[in-house]
Amino acid sequence: MRTATRARRHPGRGSTRTIAAIAAVGLVTACGSGGSGETSGETGAGGPDGVDDGTTLTMWTRAATQAQSEALVAAYNESHENQIELTVIPTDDYQAKVGAAAGSGELPDLFASDVVFVPNYTSSGLFTDLTDRIESLPYADALAPAHIDAGTFEGSKYVVPHTLDLSVLFYNKDLYAKAGLDPEQPPTTLAEWDQHARAIDALGDDVHGTFFGGNCGGCGVFTWWPSIWAAGEDVMNDDGTEANLASDVAQQVYDVYRGWAADDVTAPGARDETGTTWTGYFPEGNIGVMPMPSTTFGLMPDDLDFGVAPIPGPDGGESTFVGGDAIGISAASEHVDQAWNFLAWSLGDEAQIDVVAANGDVVARTDLASNKHSDADPRLVTVNELLASGRTPYSLNFGQTFNDPNGPWLTLMRDAVYGDETKLEENNEAVSSSLSS
Amino acid sequence: MQSQVTDRPVASPVRDRAPTRRTPWWRSRALKGIGYASPTALFVLVLFIVPLLLVGRMSASDWPLLRGDQGLNLPDNYTAVADNALFWPAVRFTLLYTVIVTVILLGLALLLALMVQEQRPGVGFFRTVFFLPSALGLASASLLFWGLYSPSIGPIGPILEWLGLADGPISFLGTSTSALWSTVFLIVWKFAGFYMLILLVGLQGIPHDVYEAARMDGASRWQTFRSITLPLLRPSIALTLILCVTGSLLAFDQFFILTKGGPDNSTVTVVQLIYREAFQRLDLGTAAAISMIVLVVLLILNIAQFLGLRRADEA
Repeated sequence: MRTATRARRHPGRGSTRTIAAIAAVGLVTACGSGGSGETSGETGAGGPDGVDDGTTLTMWTRAATQAQSEALVAAYNESHENQIELTVIPTDDYQAKVGAAAGSGELPDLFASDVVFVPNYTSSGLFTDLTDRIESLPYADALAPAHIDAGTFEGSKYVVPHTLDLSVLFYNKDLYAKAGLDPEQPPTTLAEWDQHARAIDALGDDVHGTFFGGNCGGCGVFTWWPSIWAAGEDVMNDDGTEANLASDVAQQVYDVYRGWAADDVTAPGARDETGTTWTGYFPEGNIGVMPMPSTTFGLMPDDLDFGVAPIPGPDGGESTFVGGDAIGISAASEHVDQAWNFLAWSLGDEAQIDVVAANGDVVARTDLASNKHSDADPRLVTVNELLASGRTPYSLNFGQTFNDPNGPWLTLMRDAVYGDETKLEENNEAVSSSLSS
Repeated sequence: MQSQVTDRPVASPVRDRAPTRRTPWWRSRALKGIGYASPTALFVLVLFIVPLLLVGRMSASDWPLLRGDQGLNLPDNYTAVADNALFWPAVRFTLLYTVIVTVILLGLALLLALMVQEQRPGVGFFRTVFFLPSALGLASASLLFWGLYSPSIGPIGPILEWLGLADGPISFLGTSTSALWSTVFLIVWKFAGFYMLILLVGLQGIPHDVYEAARMDGASRWQTFRSITLPLLRPSIALTLILCVTGSLLAFDQFFILTKGGPDNSTVTVVQLIYREAFQRLDLGTAAAISMIVLVVLLILNIAQFLGLRRADEA
């Protein structure tokens, strides 16, 4: 949510499974409007591909993933009778806008959402049940598992992956060479990452070892948690109601970041970075090695010689935060079959390879990790392959706990890295109480 | 509506029945009055009274943003306010901010008004320059300053460094103190000209003969200012005071854009808390409860200030 605010990208958060709660099933049924009445998830008219009859569909997405959505919609409109009118909403206003529209029954036919907020919407009955339609897809099992999990509520599936945004380590090969490091050997443990960053930082001048958003909760979950997961530790319980952010592993991770802050291994401004400009540093070529969103891959300057690697844990292992947007059909839509036609097309080989992969983005299907575009650049295969093992955390209170700039997680982060380390347990409890409230 | 107003008095039913009542004209006048007042009344009803009642109802209900009204839960939302760890710090911070801004802003506005009060060559230029920032929206101004202050893209830090006035990057928003004063600077820059204008109008409303009489009595500049300018300016000062205090207590945009309440929750204002309840915690009920509390406090404060203003008028 704060998602972080303004312009650039915000790391995602959150995700799924099931949870007790609200009479969501009843709500889903109640919300299914006349129209095609697709409330139970049957395949519907037009078979598994839906209907392409020249209907005008409305769709919302957030600014952070605007480029990816626009590319897909443009390609669809060009090749189909149905036409999609895409509205891009400022990232920070998205939740409020969806909430207001849900209240007044004005949701568009299709709306994408930062995947971490999807559980809020599924549990509130805002999406149409797509279980049967999704399962009838020939590549159903290959759809980004973390996104499908995030969109599964009480056994039913409501969303499909739309844009994938994974956290991966970016490193500057020129600076590696200058610091006497092997440009083909990115760090495989947090300890190595620490050594590399410090070695590059020692080059001096305007060169800095690493960078991170020190005042940005969304950046923290997106880039720190993979190091915790890589060591096999969880950050929350399965229901997303209890925090596990004071574990020994977590502590080891914070300590490395604390060391970077204390010894000035980061570019200046890390402490104040609220998530608005954190991805702007690395492309300038002065940062050694830092985790970044995979969607920035295609935005790197041509003359920057960089490599990518999975985010490692303290003693090895690797993981990633599978963020980005998932998309569903609103429960009030009267054009479910037509809207499904777009979703089914967007996941097909043509859209995934000729639109998504061609733009250097992560594909939504694990079976396409290696394709003609990624084969030309092995770095893309590295990123695509992470999709299968990456995680999307799940909690109904994700945004208010982790993304809120005044939420308890940011307090924990800042105490752990800049403030009073001894408050870790206490801060972890505050996170738990926010998760379970 | 218009024709109703003019037609009614001559309409026969009214006239026919008139002799049986004591004051037939009274009724028609009343109708006319209602006719004139009703557009405004309708406006107030639809855009103020109805939303107010709705907020009142919301504050008494379990009302999640995504699921709508779930029924009454009084007084849960109000007790939740007291349990909110950010509430009292936000109240304290909002009051501190209000005091700082009001003192600096009104002091500076008065100074500026006195400087450009007389018609002299070039005074129009300065009046324009002082007033110009007021023509900018607060959100735009905040974004502008956010960019200027930014350690990654802002020019102020590098310029100060180049001039040798700073050693290394400056963190304008990085500590609670610097974040507060950086925001105060923005607000003073943005609003000083506006309050100057109000005070300038007040100053020009003071008759010249009073000053002349004072001069003939041999009053010094300071005596003139203290015994003539200030007392006669009281209505204008009271007006700017009300506007400034109310505006500062409702501060939102500048902090939302510049600091997001940070660092470490040190600049969270009460209205930000309302926003957070509604759109981060997705709970319209508690957001409405805080809104009602703020409304009551503002009402009391404004009544007190209006009473002060009236007394000043009578004086």
